[in-house]
Amino acid sequence: MPGELFSILTFQGGYNTSVVLAGVIALGIGGGVIGVFSFLRKRALISDAISHATLPGIAIAFLIGIALGGTGRNLALLMAGAATTGALGVLCVQWIRDYTRLPEDAAIGTVLSVFFGLGIVLLSHIQTLQAAGQAGLNSFLLGSTAALTAGEAQLIGGASLVAILIALLLLKEFGAVAFDEGFAAAQGWRVTRIDLAMIGLLLAIVAIGLKTVGLVLIIALVIIPPASARFWTERLGRLVALSGTFGGLAGWLGGSLSALLPDMPAGAVIVLAAAAIFTISLLFAPRRGVIAWGIRRLRMRVRAASVRGLLAMADGYLPPDGLSYRVVRWRGYIDGDARITESGRTAASEMRRQDRLWQTYRTRHPEAALSFNPLTGTRIEDVLPADIVATLEAPSR
Amino acid sequence: MTAADFLSIDLPAILVAVLSATSCGLLGNFLVLRRQALIGDAISHVALPGIVAGFLIAGTIATLPLMLGAMVAAVIAAGLIEIIRRAGRLESGAAMGVVFTTMFAIGIVLLEQTGASNAHIDAEHALYGNLESTLWLGVTGWDDALTWEALSQLPRQLITLAGVTAAIAIMIVAFYKELKVSTFDAGLAASLGLPVRTISTVLIVVVALAAVAAFEAVGSILVIAMFICPAATARMLTDSLSRQLWLSVLVAVIAGVGGYVLAAFGPQFWGDTDSLSAAGMIAVVAGLLQTAAMIAAPRYGILSRAIRRRTRQLDLPA
Repeated sequence: MPGELFSILTFQGGYNTSVVLAGVIALGIGGGVIGVFSFLRKRALISDAISHATLPGIAIAFLIGIALGGTGRNLALLMAGAATTGALGVLCVQWIRDYTRLPEDAAIGTVLSVFFGLGIVLLSHIQTLQAAGQAGLNSFLLGSTAALTAGEAQLIGGASLVAILIALLLLKEFGAVAFDEGFAAAQGWRVTRIDLAMIGLLLAIVAIGLKTVGLVLIIALVIIPPASARFWTERLGRLVALSGTFGGLAGWLGGSLSALLPDMPAGAVIVLAAAAIFTISLLFAPRRGVIAWGIRRLRMRVRAASVRGLLAMADGYLPPDGLSYRVVRWRGYIDGDARITESGRTAASEMRRQDRLWQTYRTRHPEAALSFNPLTGTRIEDVLPADIVATLEAPSR
Repeated sequence: MTAADFLSIDLPAILVAVLSATSCGLLGNFLVLRRQALIGDAISHVALPGIVAGFLIAGTIATLPLMLGAMVAAVIAAGLIEIIRRAGRLESGAAMGVVFTTMFAIGIVLLEQTGASNAHIDAEHALYGNLESTLWLGVTGWDDALTWEALSQLPRQLITLAGVTAAIAIMIVAFYKELKVSTFDAGLAASLGLPVRTISTVLIVVVALAAVAAFEAVGSILVIAMFICPAATARMLTDSLSRQLWLSVLVAVIAGVGGYVLAAFGPQFWGDTDSLSAAGMIAVVAGLLQTAAMIAAPRYGILSRAIRRRTRQLDLPA
């Protein structure tokens, strides 16, 4: 089985599998790239309203397809239907938020549940029709790559690429609005229109991805990659690139695994791959990651404990608490019999001098002193110019 | 339709719908006011892995292990959202999105990999619910409906839901003041010495309880609709919390009964014999009620606001 997985991962799993995998990767990249903007706008969950609002559109498109004499399983038609009611859903959210006293989260919840309810009613009607292909509609809920034909995968991949291209062309506009709406408006950008374009792309990627990932989980594709990428960088360009990469990676891993295990709903596997990337980012990202943050905190506590211990020693006492005692002992400032060593005496008197200088600095320049935290034992010579330190050493006027 | 049909098929379904709608609707008032409306959405998704895990551990689909599993999952999810929001410094919407999609995905994979899907748990069932299958067996007419023998065969979901609804109502009445203050002004509540964080944790747990009790019968989507629509409708109509609570119950009952009747008997009006999904129809009716309130509410509705604006313009001194 590992060998088989390897051959699928390297696009040697047969023509159809490879085309589907390429389509899923393009979709993942598209979700990652486009998701960045709604993530930065702090409107990540608007995609939840969109995805649920697509269900009645899918059902209506299916009914139209049958009425026109087809099987109703034309993917392009179903996508168009999905996008139509999805757009209607977004408009309803905006309308409720702007014109009633209800906040945006209540608006999103209303739209997603009521539209989805309508979709379920329509699906229950379709089930009674005994129409061909109606079973395929269920794959829109949880997604399936097994049911994708090569042609459908090409449609998904191509549409994703177009959406990515548009997003990259509008990168500057999107960035300006996402980071500072007021600034963008003052610069003469048309914020409302840019917002609309952003939501349009979100809508497109949701409609494109429905069949593969399923409408319950498609929002993971536009939320998790940007949230993961945010841990690694602060720059928009890199954020978009990284988020797209993470999305593509999730599509590649998840798509391959679900090709290997046809029983597994593709959407769930892709989302779990994305969640693994998120967990790694949350824990291990160099600056914003949890572990880096924990190490920083620990270091800070140790340094503060050392300051406490040394100041107490300078006054002739032993370190006041367990942690500062251990730190000072570990650094060899006290020996095993709790006696202050020679190096301890030097360090303590130097710390006393530092503390005195900091106190003088705080009295004379209270505002400037706010930028420093003397409790962490920063040496004053390291952060202030020598001439200022010299004036602090001199007795006060 | 005979009395026996009504009593054994329609009445239990209507009661289950109304009780689910009432219990979720009551709690929804606090969620909407606290801007936590989407917690209901998140919880009803994360209930899936909890239910599957409960089934796998207990080996049966008895109510208790499934409910426990779902509640544990809800508490874990709420904790994870909080951890990711703080440690990762992410906005709460994004943190919620990450957590509930991941847990739902885990639920689906567990379901498919362990064969739990053969035991009456499947993802579509979890989404749509199965209101139509709550049957009251052993009742033959109005005469024997109140005998002990018939009552003892009332559907299990109905009894669970009745208990949960009563518990929620009692909790709201007993802790009305605490809930009210901590919802409207958390700072004031804290300064009065109320345990604000405990109150919100307990609220989440009770929301999970209501979601899980309703979940089996009506599906997660209707649960989400009932957490939001009745409360939002009532919020459009009044400023007073006690009135809002009563109104939300009224809306929940109307939606539950109206939606079921429309789904079960509506198609017969145009000569169709099949019925439609009741859970979906209840959500639609709740949505219609909310839309009506948003447009035509006496004080905060769009229409009356537009009229007020116009009369104010006319009153301007020349």
